[in-house]
Amino acid sequence: MNNTYQAVMNRRNEIMKKSVGIDYTKYEQTGIGFDYELMMNSQGYNIDKIKQIQSENMVGNTPLVELKNITEYARKYTKKGYGARIFLKDEAANISGSFKARRAALAVDKAKELGYKGVIAATSGNYGAAVAALAAKAGLRCIIVQETFDSKNISQPEISEKARKCEAFGAEVIQLSVGPELFYTFLKLLEETNYFNASLYSPYGIMGIETLGHEIAEEVMEKAGKYPEAVIITNAGGGNLTGTARGLKNAGAINTKIIGASVNLYGLHMASDIDFNRKSFTTGHTGFGIPFATFPDRSDVPRSAARPLRYMDRYVMVNQGSVFFMTQALALLEGMERGPAGNTSLAAAFSLAQEMREDEIIVVQETEYTGAGKHIQPQLSFAKRNKVKVIFGNPLDEIPGKNIILPKNGSYLKYEEISMENLRKSYLKKYKNMKLSKEDYKFLSEELRVDISTIKDII
Amino acid sequence: MIDKGTYVRIRRTLLDAKERSDNLPSETKKVPYKMWVKGYLLKEADLFDIVKIKTITGRIETGRLKEVEPPYRHSYGDYVSEILVLKDIIINDMYGENNE
Repeated sequence: MNNTYQAVMNRRNEIMKKSVGIDYTKYEQTGIGFDYELMMNSQGYNIDKIKQIQSENMVGNTPLVELKNITEYARKYTKKGYGARIFLKDEAANISGSFKARRAALAVDKAKELGYKGVIAATSGNYGAAVAALAAKAGLRCIIVQETFDSKNISQPEISEKARKCEAFGAEVIQLSVGPELFYTFLKLLEETNYFNASLYSPYGIMGIETLGHEIAEEVMEKAGKYPEAVIITNAGGGNLTGTARGLKNAGAINTKIIGASVNLYGLHMASDIDFNRKSFTTGHTGFGIPFATFPDRSDVPRSAARPLRYMDRYVMVNQGSVFFMTQALALLEGMERGPAGNTSLAAAFSLAQEMREDEIIVVQETEYTGAGKHIQPQLSFAKRNKVKVIFGNPLDEIPGKNIILPKNGSYLKYEEISMENLRKSYLKKYKNMKLSKEDYKFLSEELRVDISTIKDII
Repeated sequence: MIDKGTYVRIRRTLLDAKERSDNLPSETKKVPYKMWVKGYLLKEADLFDIVKIKTITGRIETGRLKEVEPPYRHSYGDYVSEILVLKDIIINDMYGENNE
């Protein structure tokens, strides 16, 4: 078999088809679009079945805690009557230490049902640990493919920790140097092993998170007698946001605002061998969040089930220093050592809550486990070793890759808005000189949640 | 000499610089694309030999023997003075300067 880069990439569609167990052509429409809801509803899962699979696997039903001290902290910077109650879903309580276990539970269930001997996932993050843990529980073999090293063999401490955790669950971890050719290695492995592709972007990878939105809606209703005014979701590939929003809506929380939050890594190139170790966050950042929102089908399956612009009401970003600040605040004021990356939405919530009334509720929908390598201390010391300056000041002045600016006090912690209009423009760029049919416009209108005349105006 | 059956880490170049994807920043395009993987040594060998290993899932991989009984090296990192300052800021913001 010809295993050159180009030859393997040319076989990608057939490799994918064999490894995901889904024939995506069934959902394609004649023009640019596809039937998203049909794809999501045709995989044999509904919310009750997902809840059952997850509860059998020690996934889901995580505690929802009110962060009373952090709420009080935020209220120090508001006028009277303002400062929403901040709640936090402690997703670190899932079997592998993050919400990613929800996604993996379904993917592994599907792999087992279809008779695959093992599962493969391409991820440097918590998803690897999740797939490895669930595969271990299901008696399946597991391979995790990570982007780990720069060309000087230096690895991000956070990623080294994830490799250790995957190995603890018996997975084989394949570590790669920086570059999008990870996808090439991933395809070759799928072909070699005939394992299941536990893609983050398959319908299973997204439906698994719907229970998280569902639980939030039900639990807030029980505690406060209403649905939350806002749920804030750390956004990278878009799956976390998509799944949570779908679950909220499914449970009836149709007016809850869906807010995405990412760490600002503007200016750093995700495929750069130099920039790779100059960042302190390997996920939850704009380097994934924006490209995956504006072109979801760049993922490792033909049609991504993660389509955040279908659900997002607002998108905000915070700097790296602010996330470290809130990670420390969560430990010091609430006794919870979590993150750091998973605390991106918490940092944004601290600032957003100040603009909301005190009787309103904002839910931060995840935490993640912390450990050696994956912790404020090794991540800041790694940044300093890589000549990134750590200073106190105004976080809005941070230049990713050059410095990390920790807020000089809580009043400096402010989110920045990302324009939804610009995201839509960027999404539509590729259709600029294309003749679009009525059906195409309808699809775009669903994708971007604006009416057809707005789409026409933008194009 | 490293015994057959020893747990090791190997490294292999998967694509030379010239074989890499065209769509890369120049600093990435000029370096080879490499893989590291761990497994049991199939035949006795010396460090830096090209060897075959059997991985934990039973696959056979070939590469240069880089590490014998590979440890985990990540840790909680060096002392970071800024973290202590950060703690002071948060406590002072919450409870005031003279909180003893």
